[in-house]
Amino acid sequence: MEQPALLEMRNITKEFPGVKALDGVSLTVRPGTVHALMGENGAGKSTLMKCLFGIYAKDGGTIILDGKEVDFKSSKEALENGVAMVHQELNQALTRSVMDNLWLGRYPKVAGIMVSEAAMRKRTREVFGELDVHVDPKAIMSTLPVSQRQMVEIAKAVSYNAKVIVFDEPTSSLTEAEVEHLFRIINMLKERGCGIIYISHKMDEILRISDDVTVMRDGQWVATRQAKDLTMNEIIKLMVGRELTNRFPPKDNVPGDVILDVEHLSGKYTRLKDASFQLRKGEVLGIAGLDGSGRTEVLENLFGAMTKEGGVIRLHGKEIKNSSPREAIKNGFALLTEERRATGIFGIRDIKENTVISNLSSYLMGGLCLSEKKMKQDTDWAIQAMHIKTPSQTTQIRSLSGGNQQKVIIGRWLLTTPEVLLLDEPTRGIDVGAKYEIYQLILDLAKEGKGVIMVSSEMPELLGICDRILVMSGGILAGEVDARNTSQEEILTLAAKYV
Amino acid sequence: MNQEPNVQEKKARVRQPWTAKRVGNLLLNNALIIIMVIAVIYIAIKNPNFTQAPSLINILSQTAAYLPAALGIGGCIVLTGTDLSAGRVVGLTACISASLLQNAANLANKMWPQIGTLPVIVVVLLAMLIGAAIGCFNGFFVAKFKLHPFIVTLGTQLILNTCLLLYVQMGNNKGAAISNLDQSYTSFVKGKLFSVGSTPVPRYVLFAIVLTAVMWFIWNKTTFGKNMFALGSNEEAARVSGVNVFAVTMGVFALAGAMYGFTGFIEGARIGSNTVNTGLNYELDAIAACVIGGVSFVGGIGKIRGIVIGVVMLRLIFIGLTMVGVPQDLQYLIKGGIILFACALDMQKYLVKK
Repeated sequence: MEQPALLEMRNITKEFPGVKALDGVSLTVRPGTVHALMGENGAGKSTLMKCLFGIYAKDGGTIILDGKEVDFKSSKEALENGVAMVHQELNQALTRSVMDNLWLGRYPKVAGIMVSEAAMRKRTREVFGELDVHVDPKAIMSTLPVSQRQMVEIAKAVSYNAKVIVFDEPTSSLTEAEVEHLFRIINMLKERGCGIIYISHKMDEILRISDDVTVMRDGQWVATRQAKDLTMNEIIKLMVGRELTNRFPPKDNVPGDVILDVEHLSGKYTRLKDASFQLRKGEVLGIAGLDGSGRTEVLENLFGAMTKEGGVIRLHGKEIKNSSPREAIKNGFALLTEERRATGIFGIRDIKENTVISNLSSYLMGGLCLSEKKMKQDTDWAIQAMHIKTPSQTTQIRSLSGGNQQKVIIGRWLLTTPEVLLLDEPTRGIDVGAKYEIYQLILDLAKEGKGVIMVSSEMPELLGICDRILVMSGGILAGEVDARNTSQEEILTLAAKYV
Repeated sequence: MNQEPNVQEKKARVRQPWTAKRVGNLLLNNALIIIMVIAVIYIAIKNPNFTQAPSLINILSQTAAYLPAALGIGGCIVLTGTDLSAGRVVGLTACISASLLQNAANLANKMWPQIGTLPVIVVVLLAMLIGAAIGCFNGFFVAKFKLHPFIVTLGTQLILNTCLLLYVQMGNNKGAAISNLDQSYTSFVKGKLFSVGSTPVPRYVLFAIVLTAVMWFIWNKTTFGKNMFALGSNEEAARVSGVNVFAVTMGVFALAGAMYGFTGFIEGARIGSNTVNTGLNYELDAIAACVIGGVSFVGGIGKIRGIVIGVVMLRLIFIGLTMVGVPQDLQYLIKGGIILFACALDMQKYLVKK
């Protein structure tokens, strides 16, 4: 049973100014197995992998690959020595073709300096053929959907013929069928004797494909177990360090009268085709659906961030246009965007500026000068009310954890005293513990009489805190279910209706 | 089996119908060329001399003179950068080339009387080497200290200005214009390649064609070129794919510098009487030509063909508009307008409508 290790990382330490990111972490990968690496955000999983891959220089510890001690100084060296990685963020040259990306850094050459397009095309076909990937090698990256770009990235990592392949959250943008496809590829790699390190937040995936599981917390090694001996709850317990008895706070909001009435909303340039629904005061309305089903588009068309083709929006029976976010905000709407880093936070600006940015006009003194005192007061209120953990108001927001960043943005919107809160994936990339706090905040808002519309990819979350759930499919509102007496199966059936 | 996708791709291409949208897109994508053709026809009707050999060859040779610098700067723009030092490199290398290739028979007017007349080929290589060295200097600051090329090359531009001001005061020169060039130099650069009617085509047209071909090869066929585009498109992706980001950045700036050096060598002879004003603001024309030709500041996008079109376009404006009697003062307005128009058009391709 016991095989010699393919990769051994022993007592790895890594310090960043002021933080010990890794503190004596060890990880052993056996050939032909999948080793899952788990932990909350900020636990140090990606940092550990970056030390292996030569992106970060480790401060201490040893890495033994195939019996030899290694210490890669660059990604190039790691790749040359049989370690490949599918990175968490899609790192691709979007203006270039698929095959240019696939062979980047190792173009097949003719006469020393010339790149052989023919060889590149042939090898791309070979790799894609072997992995059963159907992507045009000459297509420009930016024209492909994210899931296909992800498959190209996976094919690229495999094509290095590496002994150890790291998958850092490879499935976050894949459809269910593509996840199955990825698992077939991983099984093939296992049969070849590769060692796979698999990082994911999705418990069911981990339990399905991994042989070993290592859990990390706060930069430290917590446990390594065989996957077959673990359950989802045990993993969560190891990750969080305490038992999470309730994943959701008690639901005690009471929906009231209809405040918002939407009829046949559709997008001009986006894939939203038809959505009609109502929102009540004090209600949490969920929107479910597959990636690309038009969930985000419902919110952004409603908020005026996307151009509408048609449809009627009535707030308290009065028709409104919401043709731009400015207008929507004036009408009492607020939108928490899907991609927090890209469109939510102003990363290098401080907590205070991030909090007051949508509400600046109310701090004007004499129509000209912003009142520093009022802004500080409001920021203090947000920090207290949202339970934001931050050293000070002048801390750069990017140095906070994802959960705390999200709370700042919710605080920002509450300062504009909205009536309708549109939340797009409010708990994406947030720790299990912090999710609970966000849920509590959402329910508290509903109790105060706000209407909340919330998009989420996590079904349990929708079932746990929503009153009703709308299901989008192929840009069309496929149905509406009562969250208390529906099932994941019913929602999935609706989600597949117009695919 | 391997052939199958290829066949499918071809079929897909054939099957695309000619919808109004597609025609519209085609017109938009080629708007600049269409405008250029219309302008040429208009100018030719207004002033028939325009299509005569002298004016066409004038446009051709001016294009040839400005092209190398634009080809060099194009690479910097592909890396989402720019190079503001180009004009000063041209000025410095022009003055150096001219001062080393003055007529030895007229010692009194020679900047360096103690140096005889050097072989032309040595001076070309020297000018390109100096340019490349300055390019390496720029590239080093960009790649090592992660400074934006705008800042680095602004600094270099100012530093080089002093170098140039000091250089023209050296030797016997005392700040005068450097003229009295050796016959070997002027005929090497300006000598007759062949004649169209009675109008000679200068030799530097051939040089520009060769350089364009070389640059096309480098951009499209070499590892270095592919790495350059990948780097401009996504630096992090290039790094984690094992591309030597430092070396590629240095290489792009060094290559650009060598191009300015060559331009300087040509300008030295073409202008004939060189001062500190030689090459002044050449970078602006070069950048303008690149952006008109679709080399995008977005990064990772650009074609040699586009740069050539951009340079031709700018020369057309200057020469053609003069021929139809548009006053010089108005030409800057037209040039500015074309830059804005071209870039706004270009950006449409990359904007995703929401």
